[in-house]
Amino acid sequence: MQEFEPKIVAFVCNWCTYAGADLTGTSRIKYSANVKIIRFPCTGRIDFMILMKAFENGADGIIVSGCHPNDCHYSTGNFHARRRWIVFRNLMDFTGIETDRIQFSWVSAAEGFKWADVVNNTVKKIKEFGPNESYKKIAVSTLFNEEGASNE
Amino acid sequence: MEKELKILKYNDLSKLIERFRSQGYPVLAPVRKGKVVEIEQVESLDAIALDVLLSTQSAKKAAFPKVEKVLDFTFGKTDVKQVPVNPEAYKETILFGVRPCDASGFKALDAIFGETPKDELYLKKKEKTTIISFSCPTADEYCFCTSVGGGPGNTAGSDLQFTGISKDEILIEILTEKGAKLSTIFADLLTDAKTDIDKSKFLADVNVVFNVDSVVEKTTASFNNTAMWLEQSLRCIGCGACAFVCPTCACFDFQDEQNTKKGVRLRLWDSCGFSLFTLHTSGHNPREVQSQRWRQRIMHKFAYMPEQLHVVGCEGCGRCSRACPVDMNIKEHLTSIGETVIV
Amino acid sequence: MSDLIKKVTQLLNDKTIDVFIGYEKGSADRIRATFTRTVEQTAKLIFNESCTQNLAGYLLKHEIKRLGKIGILANVSALRSMMQLASEFQIKNGEVLVLFANPDGSFTEFIDFHAIEDYLATTDVGIKSEEQEMITRLAAMSVKERWNFWNTEFEKCIKCYACRAACPMCYCHRCTTDVNQPQWIPVASHERGNLDYHLMRAMHLAGRCVNCGECANACPMDIPLNLLTYQLIEPIKATFGATAGMKADAVYALSTYKPDDKENFII
Repeated sequence: MQEFEPKIVAFVCNWCTYAGADLTGTSRIKYSANVKIIRFPCTGRIDFMILMKAFENGADGIIVSGCHPNDCHYSTGNFHARRRWIVFRNLMDFTGIETDRIQFSWVSAAEGFKWADVVNNTVKKIKEFGPNESYKKIAVSTLFNEEGASNE
Repeated sequence: MEKELKILKYNDLSKLIERFRSQGYPVLAPVRKGKVVEIEQVESLDAIALDVLLSTQSAKKAAFPKVEKVLDFTFGKTDVKQVPVNPEAYKETILFGVRPCDASGFKALDAIFGETPKDELYLKKKEKTTIISFSCPTADEYCFCTSVGGGPGNTAGSDLQFTGISKDEILIEILTEKGAKLSTIFADLLTDAKTDIDKSKFLADVNVVFNVDSVVEKTTASFNNTAMWLEQSLRCIGCGACAFVCPTCACFDFQDEQNTKKGVRLRLWDSCGFSLFTLHTSGHNPREVQSQRWRQRIMHKFAYMPEQLHVVGCEGCGRCSRACPVDMNIKEHLTSIGETVIV
Repeated sequence: MSDLIKKVTQLLNDKTIDVFIGYEKGSADRIRATFTRTVEQTAKLIFNESCTQNLAGYLLKHEIKRLGKIGILANVSALRSMMQLASEFQIKNGEVLVLFANPDGSFTEFIDFHAIEDYLATTDVGIKSEEQEMITRLAAMSVKERWNFWNTEFEKCIKCYACRAACPMCYCHRCTTDVNQPQWIPVASHERGNLDYHLMRAMHLAGRCVNCGECANACPMDIPLNLLTYQLIEPIKATFGATAGMKADAVYALSTYKPDDKENFII
């Protein structure tokens, strides 16, 4: 029986975390291959709806990562993102979405080891949680089934 | 078909639902959900709310659901493979415990969806639905069915109508071939009724408040009465609650939901009250302000439909007024139109 | 009440206002909004403890604005909505004549935003205890139980957008819901479409909601969706020190920041 391999989507900022992930690669540090990385100019650009869409399209876990506070390439983007995440995490938890499936982090361009750690730990955690069952029923893919979300 | 009158014992009502279910018929009936009453699939009589005035939403979802898949499609290299939903595959369904206004509301939907090109999705579902309505022993101040040609014991659109005539007896009226066919399932529970039972003794009193022909005539002549429409619609906030709970509103939208490989086309309810409803891609909106959209709503029901489809687009159920967040009361508005003097 | 009618009659006669937004008797035992433009119409004006609708939602309605200078009978919710609208540059100081019904039956005219701010500073603006109770009860459930609760509620949603239409803060001419390039919020009222819509709306109202409850009142399917935004009021106050609808020059919590905002989940 195949072990559950979670699908993780990582939304990262171009200037810090993406470069940091690059460094992880060039340093030949091995880390879990479960992650698909999506590059944004800044964490400030990451809309909470994007995180919802990731879950709806089959993600079991999400990583959101950017520059450390005071190091944002655009000065203040990550500060705005931080506020947004504080509020959204609260709302998600209240609505019954497992906030532990989303890992937020600050990873700089020099933190190649840290990126590998963030990914590996997240994958380990999501493996323990199992597949994202709550979203399976309302995922986009359910519409494509024979018994999908059609007549009541 | 000649109407047949039978008697069913109240205690046997649960047996009907059991037999319907054991024969594989889905049964849709009013169900309490907190403060609202929805029409849902039920397994037994105790799930059914037979004592409510009427359901919050109408029964139109039995043949015209709020979300309905119409097409599956898959993207190929140079073409798109399309698999439409097969209307022939719909199951025979029973709509149970709805009110006369629900049953007669299908009249308007039949007219709209029956126009050419025929809407097989609706028509086939409707064909396969047997409607058992319960006449109304009570009414409230929002009801005005008698003013639009209906009534608490109106049998139009019903295949069977049940009326409680005593503590333990229900009068069954078998009205159509479809109803007769279904009644064979519980024929053994029925006894013949005396032909002189007067159903109206057990019905609510619903006063007629306006003359529908006069309202239709005056509405038709009121397109340019901007002041009246503005006055009536000042507090309307432009949501879709009235259209969605209405048994005769049939406007719909299509939405495709897809990924890069495949997708589905869905048909959904839409409302002429939304500002987006008539927004053109050019940015022009012929119904830019709410008073124009309110005019559309009333004129569609009381001018355009009577003229084009020979049916009034309103059952007098009052659901729109009960559901309206800002208390737009259509009975009031129509009465006021009936009282206007056309110059 | 007749004080109110006297006052509004005077305001109309002096041409201080062209239209007064107040309450009148509605169907059954309901109260509805009324738009008094003539002295004859003032006879319909009422005020009692059932008059709880937040009338500020009408301040930005095109057809009302076109009628001229507006006067409004504001309750605490409406005052707060006005402060929030002012902080978002939607209404100007002195643009609307504000009458407030005092508990003793008299009416005060708030001459400007400062007067409103001063009044609000001394008033209890919190959410009702029944609502707090529901939030506490939900917070005590497990994550899975909360998910089931909300999805069961959202199953009833028919996407009529009455909540959006009734909310004084939902005035965007092009709502996110209406954007179709891309279609962020599925139009369909299936589970995903409903969840996305309500989550998005709660986020867009975070830090702006004045807990007037009009959204839940408007919902024809009786969904307690006001709890979604109410629940965020405390955390936003505790973490950012911001409360919506108290000052006309307040800054929206999510369009500003402090370099040392505290959190405990970013590694």
